[in-house]
Amino acid sequence: MEAKILRAGDQGLVVDFGETIDTETCRKVHQLAKKIKELRDDRIKEIVPTYRSLQIYFNLLKISRQELTDIVCDALDKIKDVELQLPKKRTIYIPTCYGEEFGPDLDFVAKITNLKPEQVIELHAETVYQVYVLGFVAGFPYLGSVNEKIIIPRLEKPRNRIPAGSVGIGGRQTGLYTVESPGGWRLIGRTPLKTFFPEKENPAFFRPGDNIKFEPITKQEYNNIAEQVAKGQYTPEIKITKMAGDLA
Amino acid sequence: MIKVINPGFFTTIQDEGRYGYQAFGLPVSGAMDGYAYRVANILVGNTAGAAVIEMISSGGTFEFVKDAYISICGADMGATLNGEKVAPWTSFYVDAGSILEFGYSQRGTYTYLAAYGGIDVPLILGSRSTYTRGGIGGHHGRALQIDDTLEIGEHTNLPMSTIILSKKFIKQYQNKITLRVLLGPQDDYFSKEGKEIFFSSEYTIGDDISRMSSNLEGKLVKHSAKPDIVSDASCMGAIQIPGSGEPIIMMADRQTTGGYAKIGAVITADLWKLAQAKPGDPVLFKMCTEELAEEELRTLYASYAEVEEFAAASRQALYRKYSIKVGGQQYNLDLMEVQ
Repeated sequence: MEAKILRAGDQGLVVDFGETIDTETCRKVHQLAKKIKELRDDRIKEIVPTYRSLQIYFNLLKISRQELTDIVCDALDKIKDVELQLPKKRTIYIPTCYGEEFGPDLDFVAKITNLKPEQVIELHAETVYQVYVLGFVAGFPYLGSVNEKIIIPRLEKPRNRIPAGSVGIGGRQTGLYTVESPGGWRLIGRTPLKTFFPEKENPAFFRPGDNIKFEPITKQEYNNIAEQVAKGQYTPEIKITKMAGDLA
Repeated sequence: MIKVINPGFFTTIQDEGRYGYQAFGLPVSGAMDGYAYRVANILVGNTAGAAVIEMISSGGTFEFVKDAYISICGADMGATLNGEKVAPWTSFYVDAGSILEFGYSQRGTYTYLAAYGGIDVPLILGSRSTYTRGGIGGHHGRALQIDDTLEIGEHTNLPMSTIILSKKFIKQYQNKITLRVLLGPQDDYFSKEGKEIFFSSEYTIGDDISRMSSNLEGKLVKHSAKPDIVSDASCMGAIQIPGSGEPIIMMADRQTTGGYAKIGAVITADLWKLAQAKPGDPVLFKMCTEELAEEELRTLYASYAEVEEFAAASRQALYRKYSIKVGGQQYNLDLMEVQ
């Protein structure tokens, strides 16, 4: 697979592996991220891995785009035969109340996909998703991929306020809004779990490589869990498998 | 110490931003207008990266519990110090008990209040910037509220001299702006006509301006196929175009990643223009080359060095304080050599 080098502003460079959501691409992105990090080059401000690309923010006053491109090409050559160390794999269960006021787009998704709302819920909840990358506003887990039958484009005009915990579908991706924010995904449900902890050293609850499974719950259960979460008495169910899955 | 008498519309503590955590989905934040922010710190003699108070459109009222040396830069919010008008792009000494009051800005949106020593809030993940959506940084992760108190960082003797910045360093906030744009990374998602429309039409700043993004209204930019991409990262100034065809420009509190195709990004040297624009202001986009973007960035940084020199020279100007008695009444007199 050829990587393309693209431009993101005057101080951003994108190493793009293509429009795909798959483990192999994601592995390459994380391998390249590791290589670039190991350089400890202070002319590079920050790197941001996504499903399909690595964005490198650099200080143009200190390093030219051409020089950075050469460094990146060199790193790309080196990752070809490197195996990545894999951490322990976690599977996190996310209690989710689908539909009603929590999933204002559920009926629309059902209509567009020619399914019943219950079928959309079933298809969404039966898949074990993988966290490919964290991003957006606060540790938002990008999960892939949804069942082909419920792939749906984003809203044409994003909403201004989406409540924290909302579960949505954006194209082939699914995920949950960790804090209240604007957004363009189709909302089908909501979890009462808190998944962003600003007071912690690592504020994000999820890690790339985690498995996520949504567990449908009733409105009554939602309210019960929400109450426990508010009191700090709820522990989400997390299973740890001995060996890692296929991602760092 | 500074006491908040009235916080204003949306006032937060900001610095250069929080880098290194976008991989965890944590936005950079930081001052919206990097120029006014940086000049405000230079005028008071702070090191680069010190935290300041950022106000949006309608500023607050502050009481200085102790003497301080402060500066105001950015939009003119008609500030008064103990009832006397004070101009933006200046720095000056304030006595304990002084009241600094800001009003509404007619032109420009962001105003920075810096204090010598910096605003002393805890460093969270390497930065003092407030990211209100995530509830982290700044003063308890939120916008300032009435009766909040802010400490000023440690500093040596307070300077006494008033500095009035030379006009050549003061940015004029026009009501019509042209933003220079570098294409990419998804310019190939747009049809030829789509790109032509984008670079030849006049857009206006929408009502929903925030620290996160500026939404523009105007002619719709057509994609050649679909508007959605598999999400990738967004830099400050990135111009994403969702299915509706109306551009959204990513700003300081932008999401780290997004799934709409990005036609290009506003060059760093032009970001302050967009930050200071007001809802309804017309915006034009102009294609830019990498060479010009770099040249403009270097010019911007050269101007910081010039402002430093200017401030250092002004601080050395002769300044004396006198106390005189006339008919039993005592008067304090500040005397400064004017260049």
